[in-house]
Amino acid sequence: MTIESVSRRALLKSLSMGAVAGSVLRVIPMQAAEAAHHMIAAEKADAKGGAYIPKYFDAHQYKTLQSLCETIFPADADAGGAIEAGAPEFIDLLTSENTELQATLGGGMKWLETTCSTRNGKAYLDCTAEQQKAILDQIAFRKNFEQDPALLEPIEFFILLRNMTADAFFTSKIGIKYLGYKGNTFLTEFPGCPPVPGI
Amino acid sequence: MGSNGLAEAVLYIDKATGSEQRVSARSVVVAASACESARLLLNSRSAQFPNGIANSSGVVGRYLTDSVGSDMTGYFPQLEKMPAHNHDGVGGMHLYMPWWRFGKQNDFLRGYHIEFGGGRDMPGVGWFNGVCEDEEGYGVGLKQKCRSSYGTYIGFSGRGEMIPNEKTFCELDPSVKDKWGIPVLRFHWQWSENELKMARDMQTTFRSIIESAGGTVLGGPRKYPLPKDKAREAAQSDPPISEGGAIIHELGTVRMGNDAKTSVLNKNCQSHDVKNLFVADAAPFVSNPDKNPTLTIMALSWKTSEYLLDQAKKGEI
Repeated sequence: MTIESVSRRALLKSLSMGAVAGSVLRVIPMQAAEAAHHMIAAEKADAKGGAYIPKYFDAHQYKTLQSLCETIFPADADAGGAIEAGAPEFIDLLTSENTELQATLGGGMKWLETTCSTRNGKAYLDCTAEQQKAILDQIAFRKNFEQDPALLEPIEFFILLRNMTADAFFTSKIGIKYLGYKGNTFLTEFPGCPPVPGI
Repeated sequence: MGSNGLAEAVLYIDKATGSEQRVSARSVVVAASACESARLLLNSRSAQFPNGIANSSGVVGRYLTDSVGSDMTGYFPQLEKMPAHNHDGVGGMHLYMPWWRFGKQNDFLRGYHIEFGGGRDMPGVGWFNGVCEDEEGYGVGLKQKCRSSYGTYIGFSGRGEMIPNEKTFCELDPSVKDKWGIPVLRFHWQWSENELKMARDMQTTFRSIIESAGGTVLGGPRKYPLPKDKAREAAQSDPPISEGGAIIHELGTVRMGNDAKTSVLNKNCQSHDVKNLFVADAAPFVSNPDKNPTLTIMALSWKTSEYLLDQAKKGEI
């Protein structure tokens, strides 16, 4: 095992553990996430056709993952969405290194397919927009657990997916730009604080 | 130990070869940080000092304290209107609040200060998870909420003074050893009522500042908790208080005092029992105001160094 591969694994492990622990008070520095984005970019640059090959999800699940991520953070007038930010690759790469993520995300994905098949007789991606919305509205809100305790795992799945999509988006180039983060630049002069309206 | 009652040499393990080495010395200054210094003394057993060198008083490892810590975060919607600028390096929001109730009637002894954190720092993994979990749902609205909440959180960290107590100390672990076969420390920790009252006061103060400034306190019970949330809420200590050692201001394990029966070191941080043995870190002092102990360590080390030099010149050591 080379030094590069050891540090690559260690890095992905610590990132994925952060995703499991997830809390505002326990932020993992952006450099670690950027390294994951860089790994993905390097893999795409090397691959024929420039495509990322999913490490954990199978081809169909990966397409579903892309659709879910984009639904969580869609493109709008101000910025691209989760797919352009590289969220599906980021989530798949981290999941491939962490069994807890595998259990929650892998399990949730199976639940989604089974439920779509039972209810609508087709895969999630083949459901109509209304059918997709109906199922997501069930699992995207904690309050639905009160009425239907069987939704616990699907709700936890969606919470994790939403958090990881946000992590991936806001550590990506387009996410940082969307946020308006001004730091990490050289100050050639110090103009002082900008004026605050009303003060 | 020499037969003359003085420390003769220091033994250490060469990590590269694993072999034990010995360095002779006219005097020995132990400065390995409070707990490790106590461990070194406790592990340095001899016929003269069966409970560890310089420990005839038996108080090495006792009087251990750490700063009292309690935190709270507030969301301030008015900060959404602040013009975006570079906050790198600001970190503490350029604010520090020293203890402001000195000499007033409080329901606890000693005091604490408040450190403030927040701003439009570099986003990292986990940054917006709280927003996502509070807002729930999905879509453009969620994305916009993450953006508008950026830089609107201010964290309050209270750091206060702990009073040493009998139930908080470290000692050699009777069974656990490090990779070199040397016993490690075992810690016993209990906050006393004074620290709990102080932490409660911190929480009341933070909440009052946040709410008076038009903010909302983050955290607390969820409106629609999942079993995980309930478990986390149940595990929360009341009042929220740091775990012993978490603020990493541990001190007091090799205390100084005039009485050799109840203290290890004299006022120059020189061992009462072994005249050429000194301690120069946070171990000698058992009381530290709410601030970091570093400056006190430096001041005492300076004093100890001058004393040691003076004694060496006079041929006393």
